[in-house]
Amino acid sequence: MAGLPKLAVWKFSSCDGCQLSLLHCEDELLPLLGRIEIAYFPEATRTELDGPYDVSLVEGSVTTPEEAERIEAVRDRSEVLVAIGACATTGGIQALRNSADVDELARVVYAHPEYLDTLETSSPISAHVEVDHEIQGCPISRGQLLDTLLAILTGRRPNLPQSSVCMECKMLGTPCLMVTSGIGCLGPVTQAGCGALCPSYDRGCFGCYGPKELPNTAALAGRWSELGIPADAVARAFRTFTGNAPAFREESDRHG
Amino acid sequence: MADQVTGEHPTSPRTRTVETGYLARVEGEGGMHIRVVDGAVEQVRLTIFEPPRLFEAFLRGRSFTEAPDLTARICGICPVAYQSAATMAMEAICRVEVGARLRELRRLLYCGEWIASHALHVYLLHAPDFLGLPSVVEIARDHPEVVDRALRMKKIGNELMQVVGGRAIHPVNVRVGGFFRTPTRPELEALLPELEWGLDAARQTVRWAASLDVPRFEQDYEFVALDDGDRYPIDRGDRVRSSRGLDIPVAEFSDHVVEEHVEHANALHATLRERGPYLVGPLARYALAGDLLSEAARAAAEEVGLPRTVRNPFRSIVVRAVELVEAFHEALRIVHAYERPSSPAVECVPRAGTGHGVSEAPRGLIYHRYRIDGTGRILDATIVPPTAQNQPQIERDLADLVTAYLDLPHDELTLRCEQAIRNYDPCISCATHTLDVTVDRVERD
Repeated sequence: MAGLPKLAVWKFSSCDGCQLSLLHCEDELLPLLGRIEIAYFPEATRTELDGPYDVSLVEGSVTTPEEAERIEAVRDRSEVLVAIGACATTGGIQALRNSADVDELARVVYAHPEYLDTLETSSPISAHVEVDHEIQGCPISRGQLLDTLLAILTGRRPNLPQSSVCMECKMLGTPCLMVTSGIGCLGPVTQAGCGALCPSYDRGCFGCYGPKELPNTAALAGRWSELGIPADAVARAFRTFTGNAPAFREESDRHG
Repeated sequence: MADQVTGEHPTSPRTRTVETGYLARVEGEGGMHIRVVDGAVEQVRLTIFEPPRLFEAFLRGRSFTEAPDLTARICGICPVAYQSAATMAMEAICRVEVGARLRELRRLLYCGEWIASHALHVYLLHAPDFLGLPSVVEIARDHPEVVDRALRMKKIGNELMQVVGGRAIHPVNVRVGGFFRTPTRPELEALLPELEWGLDAARQTVRWAASLDVPRFEQDYEFVALDDGDRYPIDRGDRVRSSRGLDIPVAEFSDHVVEEHVEHANALHATLRERGPYLVGPLARYALAGDLLSEAARAAAEEVGLPRTVRNPFRSIVVRAVELVEAFHEALRIVHAYERPSSPAVECVPRAGTGHGVSEAPRGLIYHRYRIDGTGRILDATIVPPTAQNQPQIERDLADLVTAYLDLPHDELTLRCEQAIRNYDPCISCATHTLDVTVDRVERD
């Protein structure tokens, strides 16, 4: 298979779900393997080929001193680096530690926190190295992953949406839950990509794709308050899987 | 004998070290270190340098309704296991029982996760060990039909999770009290043709898995699994039972299980109080509840001569395949009998209290305990995932395996040790880190 571009998949602090999305491309997996060589992907293969790599997919956030060093090495060996998922692009759910005392948190879970080697914060990949593309989502969408890989292989720009989940609801013809049922929804400030999944299940968007470009979070939070949603619930809604993204963090902090 | 070892990098004439780097084809990263001195295993460590993600700490202060979505993020491969355990724990606190129709729907969602996870493990993660290949990519070159079957089965599991749960990774439709929206009958019936195909593919998987060569190796396990009355344990259970007489209500689980923080792993080690290591997962479920399998699954097991209790962990691949038959069969049964629940969820009003939730993740029993206050705020949380429970038993398997196969060439022994870890389908991903597989052999006079 000499000559095919080399793909590497790296894991940092994460749940494995985003790299699993690659294996979930059941129909596309074998055809894709004709276009690209898996050079490093420990979840899938024992094979390890040396770099440099044409494309590196990076899952997870940086939470340990070792990870902070390793991401530099990954960057050095990668032509194109794509951060995949909420952890890699915002710090993920484990960034909930960022506003707390990590030692105290560790004592809650572990009898011997001194055995641990962990950083005060969970940070996105872009806080450490230059990132060429970011795919948002907890988890990412298979379609966006495949499109990004194909874009890199063919030398075009990935087709990642800039719009909000609202746009996807409109395209699907899903009635607005906030307007029709008074249900709190983060759709107006959340980046599209999931296919407006939650509203189609009668559930308000909970923001797992993270903030869209220039989100008007203050206006949305105001609307939530008018719907009678208490301030602490508004704060928590912005503080979940992508709560460390600046727009969501700032809005969350305004409500307690 | 140690002098037959063909280690590549002797650090002294009496020391042999072989490193394979990173334990591949498991969820998450871990390491293995085995030290053999004069032919005797001196130390075995399954090391997990998992960056702690501190879920149990930041669950504090969150609403009880958020636990299913938050804990799902511990694992991208078995989120339904986490969502189910969290949901049931909260319902227990609220003293709410969901009706039979909602429970069947939960079981259906769980069957989807079993199908996707078991198909992934059997074919993509475990099978390459038996065939001496690095990955499924190489299997696809010689046996494309096998890989096509694997991917199609996995896809059916994912589609089932999509229809019932909204998506396969971190489903969005699960809530405390039930679901946000229940599927319509036509939505589920559309899955029937593929589920029928899948049942047959699962039977073929049993035959195929049974044809693989396994090393001779038997262990005297204490098996632990949930007891769900007259049903094979999947989505829930009222009691926890073991093959050596443990039989306790779920609420007493933490009285009998000791979690210990050891220096070489950021995952807590669980053992049974005053009894030691135990095994959860397919081997345990099959040993304790095999009689409750459907006729289809039992027939598939009997056809290949699978004994009623399997003590060779390398044959877990066959038991997983039998559970694939069971999951497809259950999914078909539930879809055929499906009547849409009158309401997607039962209302849950929080009250101060403690609740326990358990289910059978694909890789074994998972336990959640929460304490909440009268406003529904989580005061504390304890989560015991299957791999934390299996970890001490994995180390025991490795010690016994190395002792039994000390004469194997070094690389082969290392591979077999890796395979022994993969027997458990370990999910270190809530965890993780650089996996160093190291086997040291020291010769002493």
